[in-house]
Amino acid sequence: MEFIASPAVQRVLCADCGTPIEPNSANLCLQCLRNSVDITEGIPKQATVNFCRNCDRFLSPPATWTIAQPESRELLAICLKKLKGLSKVRLIDAGFIWTEPHSKRIRVKLTIQKEVFTSTILQQIFEVEYVVVHGQCPDCTKLAAKNTWKAMVQVRQKVNHKRTFLYLEQLILKHGADKDTVSIKEAKDGIDFFYAQRSHAIKMVEFLTAVVPVRCKASEQLLSKDTHSNTANYKFTYSVELTPVCKDDLVCIPQKLARQLSSISQLTLCTRVGNSIHLMDPNTLQVSDMTSQVYWRTPFESLANVSDLVEFIVLDIEPSGPTRGKFVLADAQVAPNHALHSQTHQNHNHSRTNGGVSMDVDVNMDDVSGARDAIYHTRTHLGGVLQPGDSVLGYFLTRANFNNDAFEGLDPARVPDVVLVRKTYPNRRKKTRARNWKLRSMAKEAADVESGAGASGTGTGTGTGRGALGRRGGLDQARVEADYELFLRDLEEDPELRMNVNLYKAAGSAKPRGGKGKAAYAMDVEPQPEQQPVSVQPGHAEMEDGEEADDEVDFPEIKLDELLDDFDGLAIKDGEEQDEDEEL
Amino acid sequence: MREISIGAQFENGGEVGVFAKLMHSYCLVALGGSANFYSTFESELGDVIPIVHITIGGTRIVGRLTAGNRYGLLVPASTTDQELQHIRNALPDSVAIQRVEQRLSVFGNVIACNDYVALVHPDTDHETEIIADVLKVQVFRQTVADNVLVGSYCVITNQGNLVQPKTSFQAQDELSSLFQVPLVAGSVNRGSDVLGAGLVANDWCAFTGYETTATEISVIEATFKLEGQEPTAIVQEMRDALIDNMA
Repeated sequence: MEFIASPAVQRVLCADCGTPIEPNSANLCLQCLRNSVDITEGIPKQATVNFCRNCDRFLSPPATWTIAQPESRELLAICLKKLKGLSKVRLIDAGFIWTEPHSKRIRVKLTIQKEVFTSTILQQIFEVEYVVVHGQCPDCTKLAAKNTWKAMVQVRQKVNHKRTFLYLEQLILKHGADKDTVSIKEAKDGIDFFYAQRSHAIKMVEFLTAVVPVRCKASEQLLSKDTHSNTANYKFTYSVELTPVCKDDLVCIPQKLARQLSSISQLTLCTRVGNSIHLMDPNTLQVSDMTSQVYWRTPFESLANVSDLVEFIVLDIEPSGPTRGKFVLADAQVAPNHALHSQTHQNHNHSRTNGGVSMDVDVNMDDVSGARDAIYHTRTHLGGVLQPGDSVLGYFLTRANFNNDAFEGLDPARVPDVVLVRKTYPNRRKKTRARNWKLRSMAKEAADVESGAGASGTGTGTGTGRGALGRRGGLDQARVEADYELFLRDLEEDPELRMNVNLYKAAGSAKPRGGKGKAAYAMDVEPQPEQQPVSVQPGHAEMEDGEEADDEVDFPEIKLDELLDDFDGLAIKDGEEQDEDEEL
Repeated sequence: MREISIGAQFENGGEVGVFAKLMHSYCLVALGGSANFYSTFESELGDVIPIVHITIGGTRIVGRLTAGNRYGLLVPASTTDQELQHIRNALPDSVAIQRVEQRLSVFGNVIACNDYVALVHPDTDHETEIIADVLKVQVFRQTVADNVLVGSYCVITNQGNLVQPKTSFQAQDELSSLFQVPLVAGSVNRGSDVLGAGLVANDWCAFTGYETTATEISVIEATFKLEGQEPTAIVQEMRDALIDNMA
């Protein structure tokens, strides 16, 4: 057996303590090296992490708040970010040491390396303790303090329907103008938009001025002021008033204004409301465009609006020659559609006692005035679309009683008996068919939805406001529902209006609409005031009789290629499921 | 004869070997710099050997630029005539001074020598003859632990040889057989292995950098047989006595 010497290793004495060691680049033993240099110097051994107890998020410096599970990678990243001197050393390993979750302490074990002398790298393991400081993140603060908006836009329109706002909502959605909106609140005659910054509100006001004729007033409230730094803290409010004149309204403009507008007739129809108000004289097809500045110089109310429309039957129509765009001037003979009504409604009243009140009024009125078989001659701009036998909606001026100075100034002989406004499709409407499209609506506020559900208690309409509107429940909600249906019909019948709105493919377009259709719903809600659009009623009444009428041939269908795919549908599916009946 | 080892500091650094050269019969120090540094040398050596303040080619790093022993001194070609004259005037006549034209002109780094043997940088060419002539030594081309700068990584006196810590046993054996003196691996200035810069030594005295620890000083003293740690002297005495008794 031979002794094999282990390979000799030369040793030197450690420069500090004199222990023989294998020579290294510092020529110190590890103990002395540790004693003389602390590589963890400059790294705090204690730090704090901020935690928002409302949303369970940690502050990830400098300003983001992230959700991090205990002992997760994310939390470790946040912890390591908190250590200032860590950039000067090489981090080898880091891990959590278990602590009680309620101790509000996080312990992290770190292994670091650092070059202490030339080509001498020291590795050290140490521990850092973090104190979890509970607090509130800015988002939660904003949520908790409900009053954190900086600017508000109050949009108001002093009319008794919501169709303008329904349209405006779609415009806002299409243009994404609600991007910076902090919250939306419905107020009397309008909506309030809240913004965190003044510029966002100004942007919204600019948007509104661009799309609708508005009058805007800005005001500010001083919240606090620092005279030393010369800074002041304001809240800004922008009051935006929309013109009360809507599409299809009958207006009687003051004589002076009529002369300014190229001597248009005082009695005109409003054909469109865009950035300006488009007026048209149905007798001459003369058109005038009134900007919002001109309007607000001499504001006027509309004489009659859509809720005053009466249904007529076209007995005869004869184009008289002049045309302007899609308008064709024609002489028409019309008869009010009440005759048919009253008979059907007698039956109707027998079967349904609750729906009879308003109908009786109609019938009685017809009887008293003897207008049952009256025939009216009128001029209309609808020569292009009307055929004998068609139903048409119009203002029945002979039967109307207006309280308007300008109207009273008119020569009664020159006021037409009937002003026809637009064609209607009662036979088609009575069919309970699903729309193959739907609209998006603005985000609903959770709290408001809950309160709306509690107040309405209608069972079907749990929080089914139309976007920002009609969430107050009860009568108001029912009115908004009716307005919404009218708005949808407007969209169907008016391609021009449709251009400004994004229509989406309905998810279950093949699904039958059932008894909860819009029209049925509108009928069921009894506190419906008398302004209940007549257009809804006759069709519905006829359906009760089971009478089959031919579909109108020219019923405006929305082409499938006009519709957009509903991308949101995936995201809001579960929430929207119960609303779908109404949505369609 | 005193045998001591003293810490010295040159402008906050422990690099005494850079600015000073200590020989058996003379001491070269730089011109200029702190008086504190020179006063250490003055107080220890002032009345024993001449302390010469010089510059080499205008620089103060005289310890690194020169190499010498009891018999001679090599100065690089950058030395001016005036400086050479000054050195000649100050040094004892027994010391031959030679200005050498050589590519590797930093003699303090490339030559390590005592009075008998010199290690030179392996790349040194025909000047080895000059070195052998002037210093009256045997010249070996050698490395110290794979470092070619032998003057930086080892310090040799007639008593002992301190080499840098990383020198392997094999290399230590080799070197000690060349020098015929005991050889120890050690460090100066608290772990620094650049011995030539941190230490100047002759047969009876040594100066090290200020940061040198007690352990290192004890190693240096043991190596160069300073402070009476001379076992061989005792052994010599005992042997003499034994021989007397036996005779």
